[in-house]
Amino acid sequence: MDARTGSEPAPAKNRTTVERKSERELVVTRTFNGPARIVFEAWTRPELFKRWWVPKSLGMSLRSCEMDVRVGGRYRLEFEPDAMAFFGTYLEVTPHSRLVWTNEEGGEGGPVTTVTFEEKGGRTLLVMHELYPSKAALDAAGTGAADAMVETFAQLDQLLVTLGASMGRS
Amino acid sequence: MVQYTWTGFDASFAALSDATRRGVLEQLGRADASITDLAGKFHMTLTGMKKHIGVLEQAGLVTTEKVGRVRTCRIGLRRLEEEVAWIERYRQLWDARFDELDKVVEELKRKEKVDGRKNRK
Repeated sequence: MDARTGSEPAPAKNRTTVERKSERELVVTRTFNGPARIVFEAWTRPELFKRWWVPKSLGMSLRSCEMDVRVGGRYRLEFEPDAMAFFGTYLEVTPHSRLVWTNEEGGEGGPVTTVTFEEKGGRTLLVMHELYPSKAALDAAGTGAADAMVETFAQLDQLLVTLGASMGRS
Repeated sequence: MVQYTWTGFDASFAALSDATRRGVLEQLGRADASITDLAGKFHMTLTGMKKHIGVLEQAGLVTTEKVGRVRTCRIGLRRLEEEVAWIERYRQLWDARFDELDKVVEELKRKEKVDGRKNRK
């Protein structure tokens, strides 16, 4: 199908944008240099999802990742070293174009996440939309996420200091 | 290179488009003040000043607190910065995830190419 050889230059990095669309909505967008079926696969096959959802910089990894990707199916992600877990239910599953799920770990305040995959010229525009039940729930999530990231960066700083010290000694 | 739109910015710019409101912010930058103080300083009615403070409050530029019968206004810029900061941290988290996802996509594409070649034989 594709007559090109493997000599095309490495594509530039695509930009991630975050927009607070309203008091209750957060939207993340990003384009991927691949067809929607591939990007969709990376969101729905646990062994692939595990590889990207917890970036190395977080200093954590997924102990387990279970995903029953069908309407009414459940997912559960468990972290290590701490026992934090994310879980919820898939509300909509349309192969290669749309996923909707609940986020139930935070109780009633959890958002509903909708991810759409739109293919254009072999690339895929991904839009992740999170709808919170109230403004307060989104603000709380923001504060929580911000705190978690501060903590994570602090851990990373600590690690870098340790590494720097041990390298300096050698 | 941070580029995100955020509905709050529109509210902020609208709030800042008025000379009185900019003056009020400047004033509050120096010291907290009650609505009555501000109305006096800007030669306005209490109702008029309340409206301006309402617009600034909506935009997150000013916060007010009522103690007894006095409503004290103070600059709310910190809140604005905090919100921008957490959105940026959230963006960084997803950006890091998506960089990893790029690698997965590239690998699957390569695999598809190889498999496609095999199937054609």
